[in-house]
Amino acid sequence: MIQLQHYLLISAALFSLGVFGVLTRRNAINVLMGVELILNSANINLVAFSRYSSSGIDGQMFAIFVIVVAAAEVAVALAIVLTLYRLLKTVNLDQAGELNK
Amino acid sequence: MNISDIVFLIFALVTVASAAVVVFSKSLIYSAFSLLFTFFGVAVFYIFLGADFLAATQMLVYIGGILILLLFGVMLTHRLYNLNLTTERFQPVIGAIIALAVFFSLSLVALQTQWKVVEDKELEPTTSKIGQAFLQEYLLPFEIASILLLVALIGAAMLVRRRTDI
Repeated sequence: MIQLQHYLLISAALFSLGVFGVLTRRNAINVLMGVELILNSANINLVAFSRYSSSGIDGQMFAIFVIVVAAAEVAVALAIVLTLYRLLKTVNLDQAGELNK
Repeated sequence: MNISDIVFLIFALVTVASAAVVVFSKSLIYSAFSLLFTFFGVAVFYIFLGADFLAATQMLVYIGGILILLLFGVMLTHRLYNLNLTTERFQPVIGAIIALAVFFSLSLVALQTQWKVVEDKELEPTTSKIGQAFLQEYLLPFEIASILLLVALIGAAMLVRRRTDI
């Protein structure tokens, strides 16, 4: 029998994997992949609570807005990464410290 | 254990394992392609949860849009003859400690809390309900989301254009 806790555990695993990716990756595009994992885990939680509670489809509406914001985020973030690559010829985040010199 | 439990277990394993490949793989291309399996597994969870429209949206937007954009990003920021697109990691110990702490605290909350669960909710198609909600209850957020997408489109195009065109 699949229960609410199973979805929450899968979402916790995805979230912590995403946090690990964001914290330890050096490449900016890999960091973006970690952010996508985090957003997906939040979406699983929203839809699971929407299914296992007495409210209607509010959780699903929230998940759709999260998807919209994720699409906008990844477009702008990739534009920033491409500009960074054009300026510095690298996408490693620890070498992008121009303001820190 | 019936058949749907087994299918759920298989997809849970596929999703978490491919997410682990995304995070731990040295190759950027492997990371991007295993992200595909993660997104697909999440779409399967949406189907299990009775969110049919959301599962289709996940397939279209994440697999058809975001993943392709990420692959374009990988290809455009590396020289194409450099076939081993590898990536290093830094501060792995601190990252692992924080990620494990987050995982254990989240799963403790998920397992210890007494959720007020409604088990026998009948599942029905959600597309017409979502459409009605978009045009009644959620009309203002819907319009704001469309403006956000327009702003993101213009901003992304502005950011990547060549400076000599000004």
